[in-house]
Amino acid sequence: MDSKIEVRNLNLFYGSFHAVKDVTMSIKPQSITAIIGPSGCGKSTLLRCFNRMNDLIENVRISGQILFNGHDIYHPGVNLTRLRRRVGMVFQRPNPFPLSVFDNVAYGRRVHGLPKGVQTEMAVEKSLCATGLWDEIKDKLDTSALKLSPEQQQRLCISRLLAVEPEVLLMDEPCSALDPIATQHIEELMRELAKNYTIVIVTHNMQQAARVSEYTAFFCLGELIEYDSTVKIFRNPGMKQTEDYITGRFG
Amino acid sequence: MPKHLQREIENLKKKILNLGARIETVVHEAIRSIEERDVVLAQKIIDEDIEIDHTEVEVEEDCLKILALYQPVAIDLRFIVAILKINSDLERIGDLAVNIAERSVFLASVQQVNASFDFVLMSKKTESMLNKCLDALVNLSSELAIEVCTDDDEVDAMNRQMYLRVQDAIQTHPDQIPSLIHLLSVSRHLERIADHATNIAEDVIYMVEGRIVRHKTEDYKS
Repeated sequence: MDSKIEVRNLNLFYGSFHAVKDVTMSIKPQSITAIIGPSGCGKSTLLRCFNRMNDLIENVRISGQILFNGHDIYHPGVNLTRLRRRVGMVFQRPNPFPLSVFDNVAYGRRVHGLPKGVQTEMAVEKSLCATGLWDEIKDKLDTSALKLSPEQQQRLCISRLLAVEPEVLLMDEPCSALDPIATQHIEELMRELAKNYTIVIVTHNMQQAARVSEYTAFFCLGELIEYDSTVKIFRNPGMKQTEDYITGRFG
Repeated sequence: MPKHLQREIENLKKKILNLGARIETVVHEAIRSIEERDVVLAQKIIDEDIEIDHTEVEVEEDCLKILALYQPVAIDLRFIVAILKINSDLERIGDLAVNIAERSVFLASVQQVNASFDFVLMSKKTESMLNKCLDALVNLSSELAIEVCTDDDEVDAMNRQMYLRVQDAIQTHPDQIPSLIHLLSVSRHLERIADHATNIAEDVIYMVEGRIVRHKTEDYKS
């Protein structure tokens, strides 16, 4: 398949405010795509469209299509719980539940009615291993997740997503609350996860976009200005607006 | 662009343009020292090369500092990378001017060769290429840079012609072989200066358009 997510002529309005303007783009599977742009350019809004998180906001109007594995996610018959299991989201601030480490990771599986018992235990171990947390906290599975460091909490939130076997990970500024070393660890984790998952990351940190992603989309005032390989965007962008933004000539 | 990065880039631009102007002068003086067999001028060029070497190191350190501290991207990145390479080409041109000056010290110490060897056309073309590639750098003009790349063929042809003339002269005046070899070297040095001017022009094209045209003559026009 050429694209995991296909966006076609997407428009999104918050009341009368046109936040996303006629965006068409396709996200390649098992790759990291970064979305960059100045504040208020619609990048987080677009990210939230990919698993219909914007449905929770009042006065939102959407036109156009988003195809996930070729199926329109805005089709009336779509099961949202199932969609969000396949397309999970990691937020700016780590948001573990006030539960034990184990229960945090197992939570999603319970909600989605996935097999319990040994299978859940195996899934928890596998998910914690995938994020590199297992060796650090395998003896503390019963302690509260809130006692972990911010980096561990963010890894835990990613493990929580992985436990429900998603295909796409949406990351909205996943490192903005972390120190540089923790950021580096999460970026390494992203590269590792991209072997099996499709990752879309929104970031204000352009160096991060350059470091981790294979494709970069630049948005400005709700419009997709340029979308190309990250190397092209950061070495020789095609649009003056992109160049001005990434070199800090406007912002 | 952040003000401090802008300031660093402006300073770097000034330094490389000063170095370029200095190189234009030494090449011109080196050619004059050959034409006029001016040993004093030749010695001055040889002695002052150390200043060019120091400036080259300074420019390189400035580039590395900007890369380390500001992680420039897009045009800023291409600018720094191009300057790093142009800087080294300019320094090599300075060395070639010294080589020419050394030849003129030798040629002034021996009897003039019987055959006529003037470098007027070749040096004029080489100097014009050097001048044009620096103008292309100042004005970020890839059109001007492309002209330099195509001019290089003419200088190459002149060097080949000089080789044939020296070859003939060696046969007719075997007693003047040392002088003739030095004259051939001057021609070779001028040809190398034109090559470095071409490199600079290619780096200007990369800086402006992001295209690498090296080793691909047909790409000058695309």
